[in-house]
Formats: sequence, C-alpha cells, structure tokens
Amino acid sequence: MINFQYLRTTTSKSALNLISKDKNSKFLAGGTNLIDLMKRGVTSPEKLIDINHVPLKQIEAVGDQIIIGALASNTAVAEHALIKEKLPLLAMALNAGASAQLRNVATVGGNMMQRTRCGYFYDTEMPCNKRQPGSGCGAIGGFNRMHAIFGTSDQCIAVHPSDMCIALVALDATVVLSNAKGERKVLFKDFHRLPGDTPQLDNNLKADEMIVRLEIPNNNLNKNSYYLKVRDRASYAFALVSVGAALELSDNKIKDVRLAMGGVAHKPWRLTAAENFLKGKEASAENFEQAAKLAMTDAKGFGENNFKLQMAPNSIIEALTVAKSKA
Amino acid sequence: MQSSDQKPNQGGSRRDFLKKSSIITAIALTPTVAVKAAENQADERFAELFEKIPLNLTVNNKAYKTAVEPRVTLLDYLREELHLTGTKKGCDHGQCGACTVHVDGERVNSCLSLAVMNEGKKITTIEGLANGEELHPMQAAFIKYDGFQCGYCTPGQIMSAVACVSEGHTSSRSEISEYMSGNICRCGAYPNIVDAIVEVSKGGMKA
Repeated sequence: MINFQYLRTTTSKSALNLISKDKNSKFLAGGTNLIDLMKRGVTSPEKLIDINHVPLKQIEAVGDQIIIGALASNTAVAEHALIKEKLPLLAMALNAGASAQLRNVATVGGNMMQRTRCGYFYDTEMPCNKRQPGSGCGAIGGFNRMHAIFGTSDQCIAVHPSDMCIALVALDATVVLSNAKGERKVLFKDFHRLPGDTPQLDNNLKADEMIVRLEIPNNNLNKNSYYLKVRDRASYAFALVSVGAALELSDNKIKDVRLAMGGVAHKPWRLTAAENFLKGKEASAENFEQAAKLAMTDAKGFGENNFKLQMAPNSIIEALTVAKSKA
Repeated sequence: MQSSDQKPNQGGSRRDFLKKSSIITAIALTPTVAVKAAENQADERFAELFEKIPLNLTVNNKAYKTAVEPRVTLLDYLREELHLTGTKKGCDHGQCGACTVHVDGERVNSCLSLAVMNEGKKITTIEGLANGEELHPMQAAFIKYDGFQCGYCTPGQIMSAVACVSEGHTSSRSEISEYMSGNICRCGAYPNIVDAIVEVSKGGMKA
C-alpha cells in the first residue's frame, strides 16, 4: 500500500474543514472497501481523515421518522430492536451482506460509499472506464456474469453490490449531507448514479461533503417484508440478483408495496412501474407475475449474465410471495 | 467519503514532489538547500509522510506504547512488530477470515483495519485466549471435534467462533454456519467446527 498521511478527528466540523483543504483526501470510516482498494492500487489517496470518533452513531425514532447516523455500524443497525421491529427489511438486507466481521466495522455511510465495481475495476492491468476514464470497458464483451442488466451505458456495466442500499431505496430513505456551509437532503434513490458518460462517479456526494445521517419515514410495511438474495454460495457472496419486497396488505389487497433489486444495476434499482401496477390490486400469483414482467421492461443482457433476465423476474415473484405469506 | 479517485493530482502533489526531487538524499547532504526546496515546493506532507503515528493499544492484556506508519494494518502490526504470529494472513483482503481478532470484544478482520485506527482499543488474539496452560473451552472443543485439518484457518475460526457464541448466534446449526461464513476452511472441516461451537454454546464458555 502506498503510504499516506493519516489524520484523526472527533467532530464533523473539523472533518469537513480537513476534507475541503485537499482534493486527494478521503474520509476513513470502517475502511473495509477503501483499504482493500488501496491495497490493490485501485485508489491511493494522499490523506485519510479518520472519522470513526465523530459522534454520528445514533439509531433512534424521532417524530414519524427513524434516524440512523452515518457511522452506526452495519451490525449495530441490524441488531437494533427498533430496526428489527419497524424496518425488518433493512435488518434482513444488512444481515445478508458481507460477513459478521465486516459488518462489525462497516458503517452505514461507508456501505453507501463502497464503490460500484467489478473484477475489471479491481484489476489495474485491465481497461476500466470507472477506474481510468477513457480506457475502455473490459466487461462488455468480456467476463460479465455478475454484471448489470438495467441502466447500463456503453462505458460501464458494473453493479453496486450493497444489500443495505436495496432496503433503503425501497423504504424511501432520505440522505442528509453536510458541508462547511450547512446541510442538504437527497432522496436515497437520487444519491447513487447511473454510469452514463461519467462511470467514474458512483454517486452525487460532492468533494466537500460528508454523509451525516439517514431519515427513514415510518411505514406499515414491517409485517410483510422479505429480502431475497440469490448468490453462488449460501452466504458471504455478492448477489447475482437480490430483491427487497415489502407489502402493506388489507385482507388480500395491496395498500402499499415497495420493490427494489440488487445485483442488476450501477445503483440500487427501485421497481416503480411494478409497484404502481400492484397498488390497489389483489396480492395474487397472477398479479405478482405481471408485476415481475413489467419490472423487466428495458432489461438487457450482455451474454454471460443473460440468465439474470430470467432469474430477476423469478426472484421478484418469490420475494413477493414470501413477503405476503408472513404472518 | 467522496469519489474523486480518478482526478489527476493538481499541482505539487506529494508523489510528484518525491519523483522530481530526490530530496531525502538532499536533506542529508545539504541541509540548507534542501530545507529551502522543501519550504518552496512541499507542504506539511513532506514532514508527515514518513512520520510514524503514536499508537497506544492493549494486546492480550498487555499495554503497548509505540508508533507506526499509517499504512500498517493491525494484522501486520501484530505479526511483524509484536511477533504474535498466531493470527494468520490468508487472503489479506477480508475474504477468508484467517486474520480474525477481537477489538473491544468484537470480531474484526485485522487485515482491513489500520493499526492506527485502533488507538486506545483492547485487542485479543488467539494467543490471548487460553488461561495460562488451560485452553479456552472453544480451543478444547476444536481439538475434541477435530475442527481442523491443516490448521491455517483455525486461529481465525476459533476467534470468530468465540464471538459467534457471545453474540448469541447459535440457535441452530444453520444459524452458526451463517454467522461463521466469514471464515473459509479450504480443508472443509466445517461440520466439525459447527460441532465444536454447538458444544461450547450449550456448555457455556467459562474456562
């Protein structure tokens, strides 16, 4: 690993002051993705600003929202009684991600900031428009079994690997960002980006900003929620396809529904058209099938990942069916 | 937390600076000239680049006061500086769990943690588990159930297993497997590892 300057801070004010001084500096939270990327030589910041001691670890209900600090660990969130009761989809998604060791140090903000990536991004000998803009995409026409089927561009077909983010985009979370001047709020669905012509940018966080907290509105989706993760081994692997599904049922009628998919796009993929179709309808197998079909409009395979075109709708149906069956 | 890796360095970056002037040698030979060069071209980074960061931490109940380069991982610090080689380097990328240690009682991959991030923390490694000559119950159970073959992953497996029990994720064999999935065993001793954890979870962990 190329050496770097290390600074530690205990307040967000000083953290923001430090980050604004140096363009090639980065915040260090759990470090589980950043340190890995630095070891591989994919990124090499000159300065790391350790923000682990900044007090942003709260998990609490405030008014009609649940607030989660950016530095709360993935384990702390997943094991928190409030989250298990009110946002079980988030707890399930977190527990489906990474390993117990990684979840203990990985933070909520860091999970959001982990790079959208693929094997070509990690291999510095290979072309990758995300790592080195203009160098080409190794995955298009290459090994692309793990890659995206939605929202791709001719520059990048990598996927954002987070499970947590799938639940958060489904739950209508808001991200609160801060810089020296103040705070701004971004809807979770607008935080991450599609690759377009700027695949080097994974999200809309500005260089002088930090994530401070999430605000998640209360909902009535907690009874019938399910996170389905389909992967190559039973645990500790990235999703081939994952689906976060949450239903608010009245008898068998769908009052509200949330659907989002992972492993299929450069950003957490919300299935708005499928949701709109299901709202007000019976929670029936036929309607689930129809919704899954709708969700796949515009899907495009790249060869090795063509199996996802079938796996994705099947997973949507399965996730909805399990969510519905929960007592 | 920002994504600007791809932007080229602007102006006099640290590495550019080191590349274009062999200032390290220069300082030794001609202090005044070099200091002037450093003042003109480099900023505080030059001084801090080679600076070791003070580090206070407790490892297996022993306090250490030292200084390390920022890039030294907790794993390398334990193995290379403290010569506690029980903690293994497997993949060095957080994928295998061989480097698992406890930090303030929680299991972490020491390969993905910088030593300097652990200021003031209490670290427990496999060497700190036994009570003198008396094995920790998990160590004894791994021997009883043959929870290993080659043994390379075993320190990490045992540290992870102890945490798995104290976290309470042992309600079933499948829950144990799920919460032990961050520890890979290429010999495939998984069923025996789960046997050992089941026994310890039933009998308690008091040594």
